[in-house]
Amino acid sequence: MSASETLPTTRVVDLRSSTVRELNQALHDLPPDAALSRWEVRSAAGEHALAVGINAPCTVEIKGHVGYYCAGMNKHAEITIHGNAGTGLAENMMSGRVVLRGNASQSAGATGRGGLLVIEGDAAARCGISMKGIDIVVRGSVGHLSAFMAQRGRLVVGGDAGSALGDSLYEAQIFVRGQVTDLGADCIEKEMRAEHLEALGALLEAAGVNLPARAFRRYGSARTLYHFNVDHADTY
Amino acid sequence: MSSQYPGMIESALFSRDVIAEIQRAATEGIYDIRGWGAKRPLPHFDDLVFLGASMSRYPLEGYRERCDTSVTLGTRYAKKPLELKIPITIAGMSFGALSAQAKEALGRGASAVGTSTTTGDGGMTDEERAASSLLVYQVLPSRYGMNPDDLRRADAIEVVLGQGAKPGGGGMLLGQKINARVAGMRDLPPNIDQRSACRHPDWTGPDDLEIKIRELREITDWEKPVYVKIGASRSYYDTALAVKAGADVIVLDGMQGGTAATQNVFIEHVGIPTLPALRQAVEALTELDMHRKVQLIVSGGIRTGADVAKALAMGADAVSIGVAALIALGDNSPALDEEYRKIGSRAGCYDDWQAGRDPAGITTQDEDLASRLDPLLGGRRLANYLRTLNMETQIIARACGKSHVHNLEPEDLAALTIEAAAMAGVPLAGTQWIPGRDGRF
Repeated sequence: MSASETLPTTRVVDLRSSTVRELNQALHDLPPDAALSRWEVRSAAGEHALAVGINAPCTVEIKGHVGYYCAGMNKHAEITIHGNAGTGLAENMMSGRVVLRGNASQSAGATGRGGLLVIEGDAAARCGISMKGIDIVVRGSVGHLSAFMAQRGRLVVGGDAGSALGDSLYEAQIFVRGQVTDLGADCIEKEMRAEHLEALGALLEAAGVNLPARAFRRYGSARTLYHFNVDHADTY
Repeated sequence: MSSQYPGMIESALFSRDVIAEIQRAATEGIYDIRGWGAKRPLPHFDDLVFLGASMSRYPLEGYRERCDTSVTLGTRYAKKPLELKIPITIAGMSFGALSAQAKEALGRGASAVGTSTTTGDGGMTDEERAASSLLVYQVLPSRYGMNPDDLRRADAIEVVLGQGAKPGGGGMLLGQKINARVAGMRDLPPNIDQRSACRHPDWTGPDDLEIKIRELREITDWEKPVYVKIGASRSYYDTALAVKAGADVIVLDGMQGGTAATQNVFIEHVGIPTLPALRQAVEALTELDMHRKVQLIVSGGIRTGADVAKALAMGADAVSIGVAALIALGDNSPALDEEYRKIGSRAGCYDDWQAGRDPAGITTQDEDLASRLDPLLGGRRLANYLRTLNMETQIIARACGKSHVHNLEPEDLAALTIEAAAMAGVPLAGTQWIPGRDGRF
């Protein structure tokens, strides 16, 4: 690997001369207490599976656009991508923080179980699909079927949301500032109470997104589909 | 026609079973959900026989000469392929569908004979990891319990596209089986029906799957074999596409394969039987020059060593069992007939695995019922059964003159029906005729 020391704690990996395998292996070899380990990845050039499966509290800066599944299944690490991302950004993230400076393709944050995913641009369809505890803050808009079957966690949308938002939702919470094309099955608008405003404000602040919580509306599950009932057959 | 009541004609089309189902549907207004796999008669391995050694073939001595049964899975890309002592594995079945005791028993039984068991929808429990020397971790559309730590502590990874009982279908674990532990593992509230999606959330086709598999390999440093499990439908094309996507191992599940809970109409009418699906998969692998390089595990209706031997002779590298493993643990035992009757069933017929009232303590999350199953005893019973299957397979292989069960081949087989000959691609017994292929009658 052509890693070089630019700062005492920053390692630079240029993917023109190193492979994705070498990068990921080096990140996997970090000890659990690698809090001071800083990485800069250059020439991402749309490579898939970059910085996946990290299990240490390191910091990774990725320069350039990334392909599918960047930061997938992340634990502990703080990963920032200076570009756009392909399908499945930070899929099944467990903890840590992933920030995307650009736009995300479909299924961003899919099935994530923890941590914070911040998308400063827009996210395409199925953002937060089957999310299981992750917090996702999208500064821009999200595409259709976002938060489909979302189980736990929060999806915050600073712009608009496409059709079938929150379809077949479980216990995840959705906050949207702009227009919602339409809601999916069993997803309803809910009252934004003081505790929601407070929690959303804290989340927006943590995400570094400067938008007022009071500008958002809250959506959640009506919980009418939690037990299969033949009388609901026309709902689907 | 009925001979039970002379002079009175019973409809073959509208049999008493059909009448009962129509009237049940008219009463309840909903389809029938059950466990198990297809129950109706289907072309199967019973329709094949082996041509034992004779003048032109030299048999091996049944009780003396060696007949190996080992199989290595994942030789294509994985740094650490699985080495199994027997070519019979335990299929994926979830904690949630099964009790923790049942999962532990499966692990114990499999480990005792040197083979693998498999997680299921809902994630990996510590008990099954501890009890299983070789554990395959399923990546399913729902991703319930999906955890990179479990990926790392698994011995292999199985990306599940479908299962034979319901190709194209998802699943539903009914609320009565969702206790606090099951719910916690799935990040959902207890006691609600939990829908398992039919599509993966972050990939949509074979090109995406190739990238998904690469991600899983990257996360696990290319150590683990990656299986792709498909429900039998378009088996030729699905097999070819799984190879293209980078699978180390393909798991092919025919329509006789079991499920914990699916609509009866789905189980009986979607998908194709194991017999033709296996032949199609082997054809695809052979045409791609990947037969034995990408290993093939077939499941769906494996009951005896004869079934195992026939599957291997048709080209499988190993088989997988689910329903038979549960029966080995004690499911549908005649000793429980009285209790089955109390819940509207009978020993031999009990398939309400979705209901969580299993008196055998296997398909339940009720603590009292689950405590009836002793994981140690269950593990021993399963190990006994697996050893029996393996010995039966060896008996047949030796009779065909094979020093390894993988040396069995289609040439050792003949079909008893025209349908089976066509589906399995072996000659009708007493002829050289394989329907659909050139040849003499």
